[in-house]
Amino acid sequence: MDKLINDFSVGLFFWQTLVFVTLILVLRRFAWKPILNAVNEREESIEGALKAAEKAREEMASLQASNEAIMKEAREERERILKEARDMKNSIVAEAKERAVAEADKTITAAKATIESEKAAAIAELKNQAATLSIEVAEKVLGQELSTKNKQAEMISKMIDEVKIN
Amino acid sequence: MQNCMITNFKAFWALLGFMFVTSSAVAQDHGHEAHNEAAHHEEVAHNDSHQPAAHKEEDSETDIKAVIKETIDHHLADSYDFHITDGIGFPLPVILFDNGLKVFSSTKLNHGHEVASIDGDNYVLHHDKIYKALSTDIHTALDYDDHHHVTNEKPLDFSITKNVFMILVMAIFMFFLFSGIAKSYKTSLKPQKAGKFLEPIIIYVRDEIAIPNIGEKHYKKYMSYLLTVFFFIWFLNLAGMTPLGINVTGNIAITFSLALMTFIITQVSGKKDYWMHIFWMPGVPVVLKPIMAIIELIGLFVKPFSLMIRLYANMLAGHVVLMSIIGLIFVFGKWVISPAFFGLTLVLSLLELLVAALQAYIFTMLAALYFGSAVEEHAHH
Repeated sequence: MDKLINDFSVGLFFWQTLVFVTLILVLRRFAWKPILNAVNEREESIEGALKAAEKAREEMASLQASNEAIMKEAREERERILKEARDMKNSIVAEAKERAVAEADKTITAAKATIESEKAAAIAELKNQAATLSIEVAEKVLGQELSTKNKQAEMISKMIDEVKIN
Repeated sequence: MQNCMITNFKAFWALLGFMFVTSSAVAQDHGHEAHNEAAHHEEVAHNDSHQPAAHKEEDSETDIKAVIKETIDHHLADSYDFHITDGIGFPLPVILFDNGLKVFSSTKLNHGHEVASIDGDNYVLHHDKIYKALSTDIHTALDYDDHHHVTNEKPLDFSITKNVFMILVMAIFMFFLFSGIAKSYKTSLKPQKAGKFLEPIIIYVRDEIAIPNIGEKHYKKYMSYLLTVFFFIWFLNLAGMTPLGINVTGNIAITFSLALMTFIITQVSGKKDYWMHIFWMPGVPVVLKPIMAIIELIGLFVKPFSLMIRLYANMLAGHVVLMSIIGLIFVFGKWVISPAFFGLTLVLSLLELLVAALQAYIFTMLAALYFGSAVEEHAHH
């Protein structure tokens, strides 16, 4: 302690304090403030740039996501349209088939009915023809045997019933 | 926590250094007194270059030890001229307030070999200090007491000594260095040249020292002090590592000035909460409050005192240890041992480089911590 006090120089203390206080004031004005301000400014600009980049990235991501959604929608739309088309085609084909079948059926039925009626008419015609022919034949054959026409007709229809053409 | 450990570690080394030096100093004291008071470097050169005869070896070893001690003492002490090595150096102005202002060159003191007569007053240099001479004759100019201490009166001394010169040089250097960096930001916000290296350190002081200890709200007004003190101590510590023989931060007047400024800034910025915690500690039983006040009041002065002693002792011890080991090279003077001590010096120099930055960091850190405690606001209580 004695050595410390003995070593203590008032002059040195005075100069050190004077120089140091001056140094603080001068450096504050010419160095620390501009440096710290510049550093702050740069940090802020870096932070701003980082934030902007982040924002751009987010926007990009959202854009990409919306793109994807649109694409997906378009794909779905296409699928739907294609499916609809397929369905329509199928239904049209089916309907056409159905209708054709029905038409054909109808035609066949009509044809059948016509055939039937024609057939019946033909048979009736044939029957009448045959009857007339028979009567004429019978008349000629039986002209001699039967006196009245009524007796002859009775006998003929009786005979026709018995014959029963298939 | 880690800092604390490093400090302890350093303190341990400092203590070792002190013990080593004190013991060797005591051991040599006897021989030293017998030796000529004004032992000079010329003699070092003489003793080194000429290996003395075998029968004189013991004598010369004592001489070398005395000379080494003298050299170390001279290196650690302030000086009135800037002495680099033999014959190289320049005198500095001596400024005395003694019957008016007296300014003269330190050449007039002639390293204590002559009495300087200035305007009718006589001054003499003894062990790097100026005393009022009793006569114009160098042999009778000084008066000694029984313990061989000079009893002459000292004039009020404001000389530009080696340390003052170094402070001025460092202040000018720091001004140009940092204002240059500040200017470089005007052209581009990107750090350039020295700024590339120093800007991260400035940011470190701000982000790791100021903000955590003082707080986001108040730190700004302390930045100038913290940055100046950090770089001032660090650069001067580094300057002390050069072979120019500079020991500014290992001088008690310097560290006292720095500690005093820290103390004043702390007290001036002390808020209500700070004084409350000193004089009427909240959350403590009333009986204990006055005792706590006494303890806190002592702490108030112990804190800057520890700042002062820590820096002083660490830097002084570093210089003493390094120079002692360098001195051992000459004491042994053998081709086997000298390289070993040279290696040891090298290793310790690297350690001292670390210490140079570490002490600057610790001083700044603790100053910030004290400022932080002064402006701290306690929401509770």
